[in-house]
Amino acid sequence: MRRHAVIFGRAAGLGALALLDIPLLVLTLLTAVTTTLGLIFFCFIPVNRLVRRRTMLARRLAGRWLGAETAPPYLPPPPPPRPQPDGWYRYERQLYKTPWWPAWNDRWKWMFADPATWRDLAWLWLNPLAGGSLLLLPLAAVWYGLTLPWTWAPQAAPLGLAVAAAGVAAVPWLLRLYGWWTHLCLAPTVRSILAGRLQRLDQVRQEAVDSQAAELRRIERDLHDGAQARLVAMGMTLGAVEELVDRDPAAAKALLAKARDASSVALTELRDLVRGIHPPVLAERGLGDAVRALALDSPLKVSVTVDLKIRPESPVESAVYFSVSELLTNAARHGGADRVWIDIGIRGGALRVTVTDDGSGGADPSRGSGLRGVERRLAAFDGVLALNSPPGGPTTATIDLPLARVPGAEREKPPLTKRQGVVVALGWGLGWLPLFPQGLVPMFLKIFGTGEKSWFLALHLPSPWQWPLIVLNITMGLALYGMAMAIPVAHSRRHLMSRAGALLETDR
Amino acid sequence: MSPRVVIAEDLHLLREGLVHLLQAHGFEVVAAVETGPELLRALVGERPDVAVVDVRLPPTFTDEGLQAALAARREVPGLPVLVLSQHVEQLYARELLADGSGGIGYLLKDRVFNSGQFVDAVRRVADGGTAMDPEVIAKLLASNARHEPLGALTPREREVLSLMAEGRSNAAISQRLYLSESAVGKHTASIFGKLGLGPSDDDNRRVLAVLAYLDAARES
Repeated sequence: MRRHAVIFGRAAGLGALALLDIPLLVLTLLTAVTTTLGLIFFCFIPVNRLVRRRTMLARRLAGRWLGAETAPPYLPPPPPPRPQPDGWYRYERQLYKTPWWPAWNDRWKWMFADPATWRDLAWLWLNPLAGGSLLLLPLAAVWYGLTLPWTWAPQAAPLGLAVAAAGVAAVPWLLRLYGWWTHLCLAPTVRSILAGRLQRLDQVRQEAVDSQAAELRRIERDLHDGAQARLVAMGMTLGAVEELVDRDPAAAKALLAKARDASSVALTELRDLVRGIHPPVLAERGLGDAVRALALDSPLKVSVTVDLKIRPESPVESAVYFSVSELLTNAARHGGADRVWIDIGIRGGALRVTVTDDGSGGADPSRGSGLRGVERRLAAFDGVLALNSPPGGPTTATIDLPLARVPGAEREKPPLTKRQGVVVALGWGLGWLPLFPQGLVPMFLKIFGTGEKSWFLALHLPSPWQWPLIVLNITMGLALYGMAMAIPVAHSRRHLMSRAGALLETDR
Repeated sequence: MSPRVVIAEDLHLLREGLVHLLQAHGFEVVAAVETGPELLRALVGERPDVAVVDVRLPPTFTDEGLQAALAARREVPGLPVLVLSQHVEQLYARELLADGSGGIGYLLKDRVFNSGQFVDAVRRVADGGTAMDPEVIAKLLASNARHEPLGALTPREREVLSLMAEGRSNAAISQRLYLSESAVGKHTASIFGKLGLGPSDDDNRRVLAVLAYLDAARES
């Protein structure tokens, strides 16, 4: 009873919203007309925003009320325009003083080019109709059926009650149908998921290439100004020693000591450089011990728990190591922390690292370039940094990195259902029977007219039925094999799509 | 009798250099090996008076040498080992010192340049003492600097403590800091007092005590 009341309430609410869409619909039509006439093009963006708000509400309600989880399908917004070195903003061949015009241009093109915009509109234009017919009409029928006997025609009571009962029975189904319709129009399509993913990958690749280039430049500079220069100096000193060694052995000795010191300094610099490129402990011991070594060198009291049964790939190890290093530095420098807890483990196919400190909190990736760097570093591996840092602390940073090579990650794909499994097994197991002995073999026998009948069913039939049965058998055999192949393929594809969807979700 | 030494180093030039250096200073080189498994065999088979071991060795080029040294010390407790490396880590120092039986050295490869000090360190380790690289000690002190009780030490006492932690005797410390030996004695007594450790005459024991104490202070 209560459940029915809730369903009725939801149907009435969604129906009312669908009616409220009519003014919005009119507004979009007006915008469309004016935009096509080239008049007030500026309305496009605000009206589209309004439409997106409305459809986001519809998506939320579809998820919460109708059980039709609907993710937003929009492409990621364009990045804000960046000024050139001279402070101007370039858009195609025009230069602008303020970022407003380029941003506006980017924005409307982004909205215009996104198929989701047009699917939103299609939904909006049809929604009053769909909501009216699917939700409001049956509600009205129930109302009419219940009020009919008492108002106009008492003798029509059974008919009225029947109408009301039919309405009551139909509403849950119609509500589900409405949810399906909303999902159909407003959920992301394969294309939009892939387009979003592609855009994201493009951005990540750009950042990875940039940061790698910057890193190489830094290494080159360090080598050039450091070790290389010192080796040159050492060579010169040794040359001087060569000249002095006979004439003034004491001075030569002093110079040799200097050369030795210079080599020491050069070694120290090289050591620091190597530590910045790929820490030796990481190469020697792997992530767990490398982080332990990091903890020992930190001025804070750091507890490290490591539960890693496998060794992640070297680039992943390195990314996590430097991320943890950055987080530790942040905790010491900005957070005013005293104790830090680091936990490294594997959760469901992903490497998870949590770094918790007892500092004053308030860390914000948008302000600290260090945290931005960590995010960039992790993004190259589809990793994410989640930061929980309320003012007053404590700060918890969680790094999640999907691992390509985790035992069990492959098995994450759900197996076929029992029924699908039975069908696949039947297909593989029985497909041969109609195809070969009852299909192809009698066909050849018949073509070559050997007269042999043996146990080939088709050849025992009267002759007009022989060909149809042979063809039927061959078709059946092929269909069985086809099913046995198609079901697992479709299953993998579904899995792949849902993974792509999940990845897109993490990108947002 | 000259002390017997095993050398493990994969770079040919450096290995030969070490052999010549130690032979010139009166050591008998019983084996100079290249790989981890060879090293373990040599250590357990020869039972040298001291071993000079590179951390990174073939075949894996990870911490093969360190693992072989630790394994050999498990079989032959107290076997003196001086570990050389291109980089020093507190983590490795802790692992080497963990069994508390002394006869441990852990130095940067650069220290070989100063042959006098290096041979001195090898001798100290052969006698069951300790030779810790100043850089390890500096890291250890730096990472503990904010915590009690190191904060309570005077700068002079910290200097004495770091030299002591490297494994140097009071005599060596007094020479290094241009102090009289009795002054160093006073400083060490004060350090032990502030750290709450019992005074001890045995150089090695006091080093281990100091290092273990610092470690424990971090863990708590």
